[in-house]
Amino acid sequence: MAKMQSSLRSALALGSAKDGVHHWWLERISAIALIPLTLWFIVGVIGVVGADYATFSAWLAKPWNAGLLICFIAAAFLHGKMGMEVIIEDYVEPRSVQMMVKVFVNLMAFALGIISVVSVLIVAVRG
Amino acid sequence: MVSFALPRNSRVKPGKSHKAPAGAKNVKEFHIYRYDPDKKSNPTLDIFEVDLDSIGPMVLDALIKIKDEMDPTLTFRRSCREGICGSCAMCIDGLNTLSCLKPIADIKGPVKIYPLPHLEVVKDLVCDLTHLYAQYNSIQPWMKTTTPMPKKERLQSPEERDKLDGLWECILCFCCATSCPSYWWNSHRYLGPAILLQAARWVQDSRDEALGERIDDLEDPFKLYRCHTILNCTKACPKGLNPAKAIADLKILVMERSI
Repeated sequence: MAKMQSSLRSALALGSAKDGVHHWWLERISAIALIPLTLWFIVGVIGVVGADYATFSAWLAKPWNAGLLICFIAAAFLHGKMGMEVIIEDYVEPRSVQMMVKVFVNLMAFALGIISVVSVLIVAVRG
Repeated sequence: MVSFALPRNSRVKPGKSHKAPAGAKNVKEFHIYRYDPDKKSNPTLDIFEVDLDSIGPMVLDALIKIKDEMDPTLTFRRSCREGICGSCAMCIDGLNTLSCLKPIADIKGPVKIYPLPHLEVVKDLVCDLTHLYAQYNSIQPWMKTTTPMPKKERLQSPEERDKLDGLWECILCFCCATSCPSYWWNSHRYLGPAILLQAARWVQDSRDEALGERIDDLEDPFKLYRCHTILNCTKACPKGLNPAKAIADLKILVMERSI
């Protein structure tokens, strides 16, 4: 299509989405939350390395351990999903493919996150 | 959009060589990007040998010497030759800067000169800045007020004026915008460091009465939040400004309002 629109019209385009701050903020909050959670996760996992299933499920059945593990999973999937969204917006073209990939990443993160949390609950509750 | 290789018609081929005059003692090679839209051929890299004893100390001095005495078809923008007009921005020795402020002595080996990256080249070292100027226009870079005009002037305390330091000095040379990978990939929507620093100049001005409106227009996943704090802008700025800091302050203002 031949374009005769002014350069200002192309620069203004659709205008501002008046959105973006929440994505930016949540990305940072989840990053900060992941610092202590990851440290706890590493220390916690080292503590049960080589343990048998009964010891591990007893460890996971403690509310602190199950709770923090669920927090870790939620923060990691949220942060990973948000980071991927930004990367996709930066690098994937055309826009139709960009949108499809974003939807796919969102659904995957949501599904895998839920599956992980449910797994934790099953092991913690049922032993 | 991301492109990892140059399009076929943009690949730079070897060009002509121009020797220094006989008897020249202090010779330096200048490898300069040449593109002539009328020739319909690929750009070339021409080599010019310049006698440094016959010119001033800056890269612009060499370019002027080349245009005057070796090849009058060499095309580049320049005006003030002292870093205040922003015309002679180009990519010298791998870093975007003003050729009038770049000492030749700072560069080891041949001086490689290319146009600003990721803009359409009009000819040789001259790029098309139309979109950047339109983006500048889009942030409405003028004072917007509702309070009627006072009898004399709109007052500002020295502390309020201090907030504009580091912002008003920008000369719109676009060394920063064209050094930003995020701007390379998404310049059609992302405003880039130069325009965001200019936006900050009006956002931070205590006399302006359209702060909320300005922030409304900036809060956008692409216009503002494509900045990933890469900091190439701050590294490139030939005026020593910090566009990344100006952008970070904008993000904090948006956050303060919403969260």
